[in-house]
Amino acid sequence: MSLLQVTGLTRRFGGLVAVNRLDFAVDSGEIVGLIGPNGAGKTTVFSLLTGFLRPDDGHVLFDGAPLRSLSPHQICLRGMVRTFQNLKPFPRLTIRENVMVGALARTADRKLSASYVAEALELMGLTDKANRLPNELPIGHLKLLEMAKALATQPRLLLLDEPYAGLTPSEGAHFGDLLQRIRKKGVTICLIEHVMRFVMAVCDRIVVLHHGEKIAEGQATAVASDPAVIKAYLGKGHAGS
Amino acid sequence: MRKLALAILAAVFLVVYPLLVHNRFFLHLSIMVLLYALLGMSWNLLGGYTGQISFGHAAFFGTGAYTSTLLLLRFGLSPWLGMFVGAVLALLLSLPLGWLTFRLRGPYFALSTLAFAEIVRVIVYNWDTLTGGGDGLNILTDLGGVVRFYYIILALTVAAVLVMRACVRSRWGYFLNAIREDEDAAEALGVPATRMKVIVLAVSAFFVALGGSFFAAYQLYINPDLVYESQISIQMIVVTIVGGIGTLEGPAVGALIIVPLSEYFRGISPVANPLIYGLFIVMFMLFLPEGIVSRVRRLLTRPTGAVVEERDQVSAHI
Repeated sequence: MSLLQVTGLTRRFGGLVAVNRLDFAVDSGEIVGLIGPNGAGKTTVFSLLTGFLRPDDGHVLFDGAPLRSLSPHQICLRGMVRTFQNLKPFPRLTIRENVMVGALARTADRKLSASYVAEALELMGLTDKANRLPNELPIGHLKLLEMAKALATQPRLLLLDEPYAGLTPSEGAHFGDLLQRIRKKGVTICLIEHVMRFVMAVCDRIVVLHHGEKIAEGQATAVASDPAVIKAYLGKGHAGS
Repeated sequence: MRKLALAILAAVFLVVYPLLVHNRFFLHLSIMVLLYALLGMSWNLLGGYTGQISFGHAAFFGTGAYTSTLLLLRFGLSPWLGMFVGAVLALLLSLPLGWLTFRLRGPYFALSTLAFAEIVRVIVYNWDTLTGGGDGLNILTDLGGVVRFYYIILALTVAAVLVMRACVRSRWGYFLNAIREDEDAAEALGVPATRMKVIVLAVSAFFVALGGSFFAAYQLYINPDLVYESQISIQMIVVTIVGGIGTLEGPAVGALIIVPLSEYFRGISPVANPLIYGLFIVMFMLFLPEGIVSRVRRLLTRPTGAVVEERDQVSAHI
């Protein structure tokens, strides 16, 4: 059974159908990419999955259990956590304190939470920055901080909203390895990303959204050569090339 | 270690103070300082740590005052017991306010508190068969001398300090800070933001109501304008901001400065008092916006580098 099973997910904003009868699934241990042009509804999907928005229709099963009417913090504690595309560090907390929030939400045990924090900081390479404040770090590190905060909640499914865009080339070069290391810890990953080269390289499977609908799904190479995808995502000029 | 020694020294001083100082006015002043330290601290847990600004805490203050006073007048219950009934009542009163407004993002809570306090005041004003309406309530029972009152408010304030300290040092402290900094991010990380805010409002209301009961017993007279007045809500905010919002010591330091000052100016000229007082607040906001405690901390830790420095610059912007 899939870790995440989405069926008929629909969300309208007024007359606009942001997500339209979307079906997709994520299996344990996968890295799945959610791609599509701007405004395709990708971030809306994340918000629907994590309880920040309520779907108008459809349902979400996480680990076999429905998530309907759960609030974001409850969904996080079930084991699905998201990051935000517009980074959301806690500005007046140190990096360690930032990461501590999620760890303490998971457990009241101070020793255990400290070990969650240490592990997340270590994995993201932020250990030596632990006592700094977010505004002292470059944007690339803040992206890693977002992930460290999420990982400290001990998720089973990590939803990453554009984790790669904005990284420097040297940061980006190691990012694929980083995801593999997270996966090795037993965390399944679903990510939104615009940078196709990166998505192709790291994702086992890709789901393509366009105008809120799924237009393709499958292995990276198959999706990349799908004419509908090329037309929607890369623009008309690329079709057939 | 030095901090502990300082705390013990302060505690000893506060305990022996009324034995050394016999001047009634100074004792009165100390009582009011302690009372406002208590109120500011309670407000600060919600406003400073959690970032939920209330303009209506007078509602809880007045509810404490009226509950304990009515229990004394109707049933002969000592206000030192009745105050806990009042505090629980204020806590219960805070729950619907919290549940209704904390689900919404934005300034809804702050605005609702204004209306809420006014609604409660109007109800108390008009329910004259119970509350005596605008005539207020007189306490004719002898409740003891000023020294006794001093020790009671000292005990209440110390209890509040200990509770607030326990709150902000526990994992709640992280949750409250996270909610203040970015509520969505906190929720996403598993922090039950709405529930935390409701709980903190309830704790805050509880302690403010204790202060209200104390005030009524101390003044021996209350009416709706005295204990539900917006000035009470404002004063809690002022002592907190002057002392240092979001710090444990801040409200006490602020009360130590603001309360004598406002009493002093009131003595000079009751008419000019609000004007001078207002000017003083404006000067404060202009030159020391982060509050005394944060400024002193910054001066003490300056040599250690940029981290503290920047931290305070950010905190100055709330």
